[in-house]
Amino acid sequence: MTEKSNDKQSTPLVKRGLAEMLKGGVIMDVVTADQAKIAEDAGAVAVMALERVPADIRAQGGVARMSDPDLIDQIISAVSIPVMAKARIGHFVEAQILQSLKVDYIDESEVLSPADYVHHIDKWKFDVPFVCGATNLGEALRRVTEGAAMLRSKGEAGTGDVSEAMKHIRTILGEVRALSSKSEDELYVAAKELQAPLELVREVARTGKLPVVLFTAGGIATPADAALMMQMGADGVFVGSGIFKSGNPAARAAAIVKATTSFDDPDVLANVSRGLGEAMVGINVADLPAPHRLADRGW
Amino acid sequence: MKPIGVLCLQGDFREHLLTFKALGIPTVRVRKEEGLIGIGGLVIPGGESTVIDKLSKIFGLRDSIIKLISQGLPTFGTCAGLILLAEKLVDGTQTQQTFGGLNVVVQRNAFGSQLDSFEEDVDFVGIDTPVHAAFIRAPIVTEIGADVSVVAKLEDGRIVGVQQGNILGISFHPEVTGETAVHRYFADMCKSANF
Repeated sequence: MTEKSNDKQSTPLVKRGLAEMLKGGVIMDVVTADQAKIAEDAGAVAVMALERVPADIRAQGGVARMSDPDLIDQIISAVSIPVMAKARIGHFVEAQILQSLKVDYIDESEVLSPADYVHHIDKWKFDVPFVCGATNLGEALRRVTEGAAMLRSKGEAGTGDVSEAMKHIRTILGEVRALSSKSEDELYVAAKELQAPLELVREVARTGKLPVVLFTAGGIATPADAALMMQMGADGVFVGSGIFKSGNPAARAAAIVKATTSFDDPDVLANVSRGLGEAMVGINVADLPAPHRLADRGW
Repeated sequence: MKPIGVLCLQGDFREHLLTFKALGIPTVRVRKEEGLIGIGGLVIPGGESTVIDKLSKIFGLRDSIIKLISQGLPTFGTCAGLILLAEKLVDGTQTQQTFGGLNVVVQRNAFGSQLDSFEEDVDFVGIDTPVHAAFIRAPIVTEIGADVSVVAKLEDGRIVGVQQGNILGISFHPEVTGETAVHRYFADMCKSANF
């Protein structure tokens, strides 16, 4: 018999593997155990625990931080699906705490107030996998270099306006396509311009895809928004304020789940879009003054 | 040979499609009832078992899948797929149902949280070399009934692969490790069954 390798935990394969299993699914923001249960019952593939949904962070202002550990424990106990939780950009101690709570994924998120305006968390130091936001390919590859096992396009959280999510996923996947059409000797300058390591740039150019799963986030409020992102090439969607800030969260959550699976079938999309009650009250991103744009956080 | 259907509701169905493609085995995506027509086998991929269960009802696939399994359609489930093929489930949600077919009890998330996920080489009855396997929040088989044979175990004896007639269920994901042997094994099952 061939010699076997030992058990290996927290390898890149294992960290990226969970994201692979979430594909084609909807990850929902929740702030209480009750909301987590509603999300699970509606067909969420995972829930994201946070202190306040982005729309409330936006409305109330102040510093947004990691959730109370009690709340995260309650959410983990309430559901059987994976539980993710947000840490502030660069706040590696919040991440240590979340790992100690045994969350399944940490989101190093621009939705919370950054703790470090220069450095992100060194994610290789952790056993728990990380998801990070990105607005373009260079940012995405810098996060992968730091150890992110999953990416999400940022969009503009808490607005219900899908235009930024659209811009970011078009940018990221467009830059991937542009890279895969370049010749080998053009990749040195491409890596310089993307501000990303040459090895990763070569990998993306060769495979024509990102090295990790790419979900989309920030402003998705309707089944049609979710299907739009899937048709653009997202592997799955995060829905934040869009569910629990709407008139009928359970029905809207279930409809977004169906739309994410049947994203290319307009008949199904028409059916699931009916009678959902009020969508969240939106804010046009164009009306947001620049300092209030969360997508600008992260570098 | 007839194409193998891959259930494409949620999860890592793309990796299953790519693994069969690498082996030169024809596949078809199954998202609606029509997709089940003319297939010689069915794969239920990794993903979130509660979600695949719900979507199979919403998109009208559940009854047809149960019927085809009972008629002898070769069926292969990985991780969430194993859960969906179990006759009995431990640690499921209150409303969660399975298709059944394998006379076993399966425990969901049996290893713990994502921190307890791992990769390991596993001996597989009927495959000569150990299979490189990723266990991601994986289930295990806690009890087996008559006519069920164990095809894969961990070194501590926990059962992670079972076969009953034309139905194969494993706790792990050969489809994300670049492993093709288990898919070849299942394709051979489909050929001999000639469903």
